[in-house]
Amino acid sequence: MAVQSDIVDDAGPYDRAKALSAFKLGDVTFYWITRLSAISVLLILGGIILSLIVGAFPAMKEFGFSFLWTQRWAPSADPPVLGALGPMYGTLVTSFIAMLIAIPVGLGIAIFLTELCPQWLRRPIGMAVELLAGIPSIIYGMWGFFVLGPFLANTFQPFMIKIFDGVPVLGAIFAGPPSYLSLFNAALILAIMVLPFITSISVDVFKTVPPVLKEAAYGVGCTTWEVVRSVVIPYTRVGIIGGVMLALGRALGETMAVTFIIGNSFRISSSIFAPGTTISAAIASEFAESDGLHQSGLILLGLLLFVLTFFVLAGARLMLMRLEQKAGN
Amino acid sequence: MNFIKTIVAAGLVAASTSAFAADITGAGATFPFPIYSKWADAYKKETGNGLNYQSIGSGGGIKQIQAKTVTFGATDAPLKAEQLEKDGLAQWPMVMGAIVPVVNIEGVKPGELVFDGETLASVYLGKITKWDDPAIKKLNPNVKLPSEAITVVRRSDGSGTTFNFTNYLSKASADWKSKVGEGTAVEWPVGVGAKGNEGVSGNISQTKNSIGYVEYAYAKQNKLTYTGLVNKAGKPVQPTVEAFQAAASNADWAKAPGYYVILTDQPGEKSWPITAATFILMHKDATDKAASQEAIKFFRWAFKSGGKAAEELDYISMPEGVVTLIEKTWAAEIKS
Repeated sequence: MAVQSDIVDDAGPYDRAKALSAFKLGDVTFYWITRLSAISVLLILGGIILSLIVGAFPAMKEFGFSFLWTQRWAPSADPPVLGALGPMYGTLVTSFIAMLIAIPVGLGIAIFLTELCPQWLRRPIGMAVELLAGIPSIIYGMWGFFVLGPFLANTFQPFMIKIFDGVPVLGAIFAGPPSYLSLFNAALILAIMVLPFITSISVDVFKTVPPVLKEAAYGVGCTTWEVVRSVVIPYTRVGIIGGVMLALGRALGETMAVTFIIGNSFRISSSIFAPGTTISAAIASEFAESDGLHQSGLILLGLLLFVLTFFVLAGARLMLMRLEQKAGN
Repeated sequence: MNFIKTIVAAGLVAASTSAFAADITGAGATFPFPIYSKWADAYKKETGNGLNYQSIGSGGGIKQIQAKTVTFGATDAPLKAEQLEKDGLAQWPMVMGAIVPVVNIEGVKPGELVFDGETLASVYLGKITKWDDPAIKKLNPNVKLPSEAITVVRRSDGSGTTFNFTNYLSKASADWKSKVGEGTAVEWPVGVGAKGNEGVSGNISQTKNSIGYVEYAYAKQNKLTYTGLVNKAGKPVQPTVEAFQAAASNADWAKAPGYYVILTDQPGEKSWPITAATFILMHKDATDKAASQEAIKFFRWAFKSGGKAAEELDYISMPEGVVTLIEKTWAAEIKS
């Protein structure tokens, strides 16, 4: 026994120091690996911005700030005239309409799924939403082109045009002629595409509401609507806005499906049933056969989308911060 | 260790020699891609030599050959003589296609409707907005045209097809030339843009009272309602292989430096007015002369034995007279 305890005594301090330093080494390595991963994001982002600026520089020099409010897009004119107003307008309008449709519908699905849905229906609807997110965007584009477009042009748009004919403002927004390819059709496709983002994130955050809160509300005689409005949504506000932001980012940058169905016209029309274009659709369409100033102008468009997305997301963050402050007070 | 090094070295040598002996590399225009790949396949079967063609677009093809990363470049819009001179390039037409206007009007059959350049330009300028416009009626007194708005469809992506179409409109209409001009992507006054030939043909077949333009092969394969055109000689012609070849034969190739001929609006009573050749670009004094010679061998073979394959894919072979000219150019310009 004595011999054995000797060994333990001898071995004890030695092992301890070694083990500790091994732990420390592991810790330090882990720290640096994670830190490097985090920093690499900044490096990649910086690299992308830098190369965009370098590529866009000739166009910036040529057009200056007038690029932002010029509506003409004439790459083959002599000298070329390029302006981003058309694609910027299209990007913002389609994203806006898409969110207008997708937010209420997405939240509606999420509320139904978590609060009202009978158990047996929960899985099929949940799966359908997940599947919607998994469909490649080219499929959405083709479906929009062959199925949704004709339906909208032959049925929905004539109906809307007839209803709002002669009404000020709305009459101009819903003006004819009906078209297979239009801003509205693209926005509708976008709404369907971003729906799963809003829905699945909302479902996840709705599940985090402590049951005791809801039970208490029901206990004092609240209806389901009141519970959702006054308990669930306020409790999960930050998460919902996160989902909406993710969806908005997707809507602003979606390319393939939009290119198929938006009509690719650089002209701005008051009607949402007229063809238009978005920044990413314009780049996707023209980049392959472009060169010189034309290509530089397309890269500048890309840089603009980058900045636009940044401001939209920054704006959303700001809004979130103010909401949180209000809640704090 | 030495053993591994030897194996690696041997492998490298083997890889580089086999690439050296067999593979011709080319890049450029997307329009001739189907026929180039079909030719490459047949050529490989016959001679064992392969061809690797990347369809990256005409602009890309020009850039790649200038950077000397490929043996040959391919473009739908030919380079001007001074540009060829500057880069030390030789250029010749390889195969032709044609562009046809297509429409979708109830009751109108393929070839029934006829346009002339001026009227077509007016439609694309948005000056003619209805099918029963007097200008269209005058050209087609016997066709029943509806009083419906015309939906104008055009390409949204930059393309050689658009270049040739707008080039034709510029030649046929002064108004078009001053307002829009020619290019692979232009400032379209009206209409919706669809992606690719397939996008335009899809749009036309779905949209009533629409008009668009596509490559002949697409119109034929998708059974679209093409229209006739009034050519430079003032004769209405239908899009047929004979009419396309007539345009190429009537073009003055011999006097054009670098074969810079755009085949639109060519003279001749039978010529189809929107015919287009696609061009090959090669360095006159290439760094890799063996590859250069291999490529020339392939092109010679394609002219000689590739006609049937071209026909099957609805391309049009270069007329024999032009091929003889090109053979002479090879002998004179490409150094071996």
